[in-house]
Amino acid sequence: MKLKKVKKWIRDGTPWIWFNAGAVTISIVMVAGLLLILMVRGLSHFWPHDVMRAIYSPPSSGAIDQVMEIIGEFVERESVSAIELTTSGIPVSEEQELYDRELFKFGNRDLTGADFGWILNEFVTEISYPESLFVLERRQWGNFYGYLTAIKQAGEIVVETDPGETGNNQAWLELELRLNRALEIYDSISQMERGSIGEINFQVERLRLRERRLELEDSLTAEAQSTIEAEAQALDAQYAAIQGDLNSLYEDFERDSAEFLAANGQTAEIPLAEIVRAYRPNSMNVFNKLLVYGSKLVEFLSDEPREANTEGGVYPAIFGTVILVLLMSVMVTPFGVVAAVYLREYAQQGLVTRTIRIAVNNLAGVPSIVYGVFGLGFFIYIVGGEIDQLFFPEALPAPTFGTPGLLWAALTLAILTVPVVIVATEEGLARIPRSVREGSLALGATKFETTWRVVLPMASPAMMTGLILAIARAAGEVAPLMLVGVVKLAPTLPVDGNYPFIHLDQKFMHLGFHIYDVGFQSPNVEAARPLVFATALLLVLLIALLNICAAALRNRLQEKYKGLDV
Amino acid sequence: MPNDIQDPAEPPMGKNRVEFSANYLKREKTVSNNSTDDNCLVVKGLNLFYAKTKQALIDVNLKIPRKRVTAFIGPSGCGKSSLLRCFNRMNDLIDDCVIKGKIYLDEEDIYAKKVDVADLRRRVGMVFQKPNPFPKSVYENVAYGLRIQGINSKRVLDEVVENSLISAALWGEVKDRLHDNALGLSGGQQQRLVIARTIAVEPEVLLLDEPASALDPISTLKIEELINQLKESYTILIVTHNMQQAARVSDYTAFMHMGNMVEYDQTDTLFTNPSLKQTEDYITGRYG
Repeated sequence: MKLKKVKKWIRDGTPWIWFNAGAVTISIVMVAGLLLILMVRGLSHFWPHDVMRAIYSPPSSGAIDQVMEIIGEFVERESVSAIELTTSGIPVSEEQELYDRELFKFGNRDLTGADFGWILNEFVTEISYPESLFVLERRQWGNFYGYLTAIKQAGEIVVETDPGETGNNQAWLELELRLNRALEIYDSISQMERGSIGEINFQVERLRLRERRLELEDSLTAEAQSTIEAEAQALDAQYAAIQGDLNSLYEDFERDSAEFLAANGQTAEIPLAEIVRAYRPNSMNVFNKLLVYGSKLVEFLSDEPREANTEGGVYPAIFGTVILVLLMSVMVTPFGVVAAVYLREYAQQGLVTRTIRIAVNNLAGVPSIVYGVFGLGFFIYIVGGEIDQLFFPEALPAPTFGTPGLLWAALTLAILTVPVVIVATEEGLARIPRSVREGSLALGATKFETTWRVVLPMASPAMMTGLILAIARAAGEVAPLMLVGVVKLAPTLPVDGNYPFIHLDQKFMHLGFHIYDVGFQSPNVEAARPLVFATALLLVLLIALLNICAAALRNRLQEKYKGLDV
Repeated sequence: MPNDIQDPAEPPMGKNRVEFSANYLKREKTVSNNSTDDNCLVVKGLNLFYAKTKQALIDVNLKIPRKRVTAFIGPSGCGKSSLLRCFNRMNDLIDDCVIKGKIYLDEEDIYAKKVDVADLRRRVGMVFQKPNPFPKSVYENVAYGLRIQGINSKRVLDEVVENSLISAALWGEVKDRLHDNALGLSGGQQQRLVIARTIAVEPEVLLLDEPASALDPISTLKIEELINQLKESYTILIVTHNMQQAARVSDYTAFMHMGNMVEYDQTDTLFTNPSLKQTEDYITGRYG
């Protein structure tokens, strides 16, 4: 009786449905879990956490117990066995099996040498969160934690304050005022260095190349040389003028400094020029913290990296990723579509086309690093080398296109993804009903006209699907890029105001490589880890965004050609 | 009965038809008369093979009179569609299809080497069983054939589109939505749009391959009326499964069976007094 019931249950297909639903659930849980981890760990990094001050006296093997003041931000907590602690030189009692320990960010790398450290909870006393504690984010040496004691202008003390003083006192207001001034000067300095000085450097370089080209062509007459020299002198004069302005700005910039009292009574004088941001997290309410959080997030998205990529923003990497994917799309779509049209519409269907089709499908499975090696060997050394010989002999031996760069990276990704576009477009072409083609042919259209005017527009949603798949594959690709153009830190963006505006020969930064670099090549692992999560989240979102754009376009096309199979 | 169904917004057919013929179908002037011995298409000893082994048409001989409707009837697989597709060389698109014999359009061999197939297909228009409008606007569907020929003048296109849609008895229904997607039309409207698209390029012959078989009775009736009007200007060949339809719309009827042209005569004669027993069995429903 019962067996019959079970049999009926199986015949109904109920287990099958559960099985299906289970597979979907697991997929959703995995994707959602991944995103959740990335979000929690990545986004919490930008929150201005409270800064703790405490006395730490761990047991020591020496005669005197160590007692020290610690100031820092809590990062994470873990349990560790007593044996492990003893072997690492901390003589704890082994009666207690496990000890809790916490990772703190102490900052002040310039004073203490290391900015992270583990402390055992057991031996921490006098925990407090003084409202007057400052957090300084600096251009060098990472964060600084301490109390403000004085503000100086050109070495002379302007305001002095007690380390314990809180609220909007005079010292804080003065610091805020002077810091804003320094930041403004910093902006104008970097604008000048990038804008005017960058442009002059660019012009000087072009002038040098022009001279060299004339020299190579044996047409460097005295007249030509003198015009070039005159231009060079004009540029030099311009440069000197800007340099003068810049020097005075720098003087202004470096005028102020502030004195701080750090943990264990150490003092430090920090020039305001070094400080990016200063705040007192313990005295801030949620709203104020949100403001700081927002500004840190904006900095992450729109600023350049500092401190070997472990701090600052990732804007150049975002820019590089987007421009790379766009260039790749522009190259791969026409190429793939044209190839697919030939394979499906013109080629005689037979053994040869079948073989080609299988080969194309297999190309999609070739490890991407192989494409990287191919790009390096073929595009860069052979094609790029030829281009340099033919068009840029004046710059040799410094290569122009014979070196990894944006163009070659985009081309490599294009050949990496072209099978996907071919396959998708072919499927789209195969789906166009015969009746529509015949309708066009019956009106006196040639095959070419039919393909161009009817078939290709109708297959455009399929092409977009191919492009979406291509983008999804290319945007997350890192391995081949390491060989053909990505760098850890690119001094300039590949697009700027100098002719020809988009510099295909330049190296660029990429979010995927940035993750690898920050996560595994960084000198400061602890500081970099949250950025790995944040960057990964950003990369996922960026790929999703690019895909959504392409999908929206495809849906519009599909809407246009819906009811296709009447 | 037709007036019951006709859209009241539609302009009276006959009047427009005359205007249309006058300023548009200049070709009519060259056509001398409508006498029955003026043959538009002549088929001589036509054999058609698919993949060498399967013979779909066996020695077909046929003379198709100008400006008349000729219907092809017969059971499924008898080769009537294959024959129809020979007239505009649509069978060229099928791999392994071999055609032997001759077809003359206005005394010109359409299978001769020098024939431009695209031009032939313009002269011999075809309407298929299922409506197959392009996923473009109504206007662009009708203008398609002209654009192919390189005619892009808006004035000319506007005129041709309007005249063709009027001829296809569709103008009243679509004149306010010329720029909507043609796939939004009903099946019957789509089929008349396809006819309008075909006559827009001024063909001499219209091939209709079961044009009403995918349509409801009312749409079918509209198509039949349309055929009656169009035969004033075109030689029409129609393949149909529906013998009543053949009897209603055609002047001549050919009965085909197993690739053979069994009997070919005036429709009245064929249906009332067939000379062969096989034909009689088929049209009386005892066979097929």
